[in-house]
Amino acid sequence: MSSADTTEPTTEEVVTDEAREAVLAGLTARLGDAVLGSHIRPGDDLWVRVDRAAWRAAAEAAKAMGFTFFDYVSAIDWLPSPFGRDMDAQEDLVVSGAEPKEPAPIVQGYAGGETRFQVIAHVYNIATATGIHFKADVPDDDLSLPTWSGVFAGANWHERETREMFGITFDGHPNLINMYLPTDFQGFPLRKDFPLLARRVRPWPGIVDVEPMPGVADAEEGEAE
Amino acid sequence: MTAVSDPNQLADLVAEATDTRVNLDFESEGMTLNMGPQHPATHGTLRIVAKLDGEQVVSAEPICGYMHRGYEKLVEVRTYPQINALINRIDWLGSFANEVPFILAADKLMGVEAPPRAQWIRTILFEMSRIANISLFLGDFGLQLGGMTAGFYAFRDREHVLNMIESATGGRFHPNFDRIGGLKDDLPKGWIADSHVAMDKLLAFCDEMEDLLVGNEIFQTRTRGIGVIPAEIALSYGLSGANLRASGVDWDLRRDGCPPGLVYDKADWKVWTHPDGDCFARTWVRLQETREAAKIVKQLLDTIPAGPVMAKVPRIIKVPEGEAYVATENPLGEMGYYVVSKGDLVPFRVKIRSASFNNISIVPWVARGAYVPDLISILGSLYFILGDIDR
Amino acid sequence: MGLVESGRVPKPLSKLLNLSRKYSIWAYQWGLACCAIEMGAAFASPRYDVMRLGVIPFPASPRQADLVVIAGTVTDKLAPAVVRLYEQMPDPKYVISMGSCANCGGPYWDSYSVTKGVDQLIPVDVYVPGCPPRPEALLEGVLLLQERIAHEDMAERWRGDPIVIS
Repeated sequence: MSSADTTEPTTEEVVTDEAREAVLAGLTARLGDAVLGSHIRPGDDLWVRVDRAAWRAAAEAAKAMGFTFFDYVSAIDWLPSPFGRDMDAQEDLVVSGAEPKEPAPIVQGYAGGETRFQVIAHVYNIATATGIHFKADVPDDDLSLPTWSGVFAGANWHERETREMFGITFDGHPNLINMYLPTDFQGFPLRKDFPLLARRVRPWPGIVDVEPMPGVADAEEGEAE
Repeated sequence: MTAVSDPNQLADLVAEATDTRVNLDFESEGMTLNMGPQHPATHGTLRIVAKLDGEQVVSAEPICGYMHRGYEKLVEVRTYPQINALINRIDWLGSFANEVPFILAADKLMGVEAPPRAQWIRTILFEMSRIANISLFLGDFGLQLGGMTAGFYAFRDREHVLNMIESATGGRFHPNFDRIGGLKDDLPKGWIADSHVAMDKLLAFCDEMEDLLVGNEIFQTRTRGIGVIPAEIALSYGLSGANLRASGVDWDLRRDGCPPGLVYDKADWKVWTHPDGDCFARTWVRLQETREAAKIVKQLLDTIPAGPVMAKVPRIIKVPEGEAYVATENPLGEMGYYVVSKGDLVPFRVKIRSASFNNISIVPWVARGAYVPDLISILGSLYFILGDIDR
Repeated sequence: MGLVESGRVPKPLSKLLNLSRKYSIWAYQWGLACCAIEMGAAFASPRYDVMRLGVIPFPASPRQADLVVIAGTVTDKLAPAVVRLYEQMPDPKYVISMGSCANCGGPYWDSYSVTKGVDQLIPVDVYVPGCPPRPEALLEGVLLLQERIAHEDMAERWRGDPIVIS
């Protein structure tokens, strides 16, 4: 990798990633107050959270700074799933008759956040092999954001997909029709409160094996079913 | 035909071609041509709705979603090893290559690194899956343009690589071999020698394809100057892989942004680019890449270190809290996984950045002004896998 | 033929007709996903050659096909196309469902957009399990189908009743 340190930090040493700090400084210089939070993992990646109103300005700033490779735009729904994780035992499933558990608090990730939905985008600078992850909060009562498709042409399709999966509209987008789902599909699948119905009907039994292996069953019972 | 490399000139030419055609004097009724979702020329269930003016395309809109299986939702209810078994099927030709960026992202969050032997074998299998994928492209592209021989040769010679992958991992495709912290198993006896033989056969296959396809006059007429994509447009759409390199951008994630866990710096290889940006350039770059991949495999086979293939990881994998994005140079382009973990057995959110999604998003732009057979050339040369577009 | 319509096909004739039918199948491959590659290997590669069984692949259109091999995941968006394809095929027609996605939804059993099995849409004669099934497994499926055809009663099929294998 071309950016700085790959040495393991000792307990006293603080590893700084000068290249990414410079990028963050450049963005803050151009966007000013709109940069609400940031996070750098040294030698790895940079996250910047910007104000919703400055979403398009952030794209233009990044492009002006040399980040011309458009990677993706998507969203994260930070609500913990009300249906539990479904993977280990039945402990946090909402089974019929049982009281639904108290909803867990919404905790956002890197660079902070205040809302349930966050739109995340990634652009890359090919000359320096560094990337920026942009995040923006989207309030629940106004699920919309300015579009990036005027700045990065590839954002067109990504925003269509984000809209159909999460319900976030992008102002100024020329053609916000469904990308993957049939036109009459109801609901926004990637939201955490959209259930996977097959698992509601028949929950996954968990890590525990529920049937003995074929040879064992025959030996024990003596007769096949 | 000489290649025009100045992007502004190219853009002008394309615009001129479209305008000239559409502003013609005589009345011709536009026709809407629906290609797909079942069509021999689309690699799977892609539907293209093309509005034609005579034989020329005025607008071509791909309609995806016929293979949408909902991966990003499914992985939120599966543990990491289960996800590893599922994501093989995104790009179903470059099988092992799908697992690698996800495993590397999980490795990054967990702070483990695979032992050297595992990294070597992982890179070797990665390159083999690249060969398996692109050799089919070479055959299939010939098939679409009418040269059926190339298709049969590709299927036959791919078997050599699939045999090697199968003897190491147990599956011809969908190997499910990568694990957080290393690999599932070590190599069988005699695999290294057999792989050398297989790579030699693949190099012979590349030479054959060069004769059949690239040297063929008809192929050249059908692909030179068709579907030119200038570098800035390619970057703003997020084109990656051979599509980007064929437009003259010298960018390869194996060399420039290689995540820890793969050992491309231990082999001596080069990145191939082509300035033209047309269908021929894309095919040519892929052909050279296949050769290069075989050479990388041969070099790495000679230097595999001894040792364990699995680092010490707990039996039940709980990935610590954090977010990580890892992208690798997959056969189709850049594939990346943005993994958000909350410390559970299952990830909180995984965004799958698939190469073909961006690659195909450029079709409406590049198909304007093309003739219908050229549309086939363009689609074939952009090379996508439906599972990769639709996830 | 008058014999078939009236339902009086003598057994030796039935056997002969079935024999010739089972060794002259024109198979349409509806390759959707990963199984399509294995099906391509079975149908088009010289190693797992399917033509030695009498099955010729690649008809020009479904209207000329006897057998359709549904290989890969069927999504809800694609379901109308599958039904339309099946309706375009002339009788007698057979369906092989290849791979676990086409059999029952497979690894995507809980997805919101996958049809859990193509037999929800069209009747299936042979199910080939696997993910993906090896080309040899598909060939075995074809052999099983040929066995089924060999024991068919053409008159019964002509009448449109459900087929019963004796």
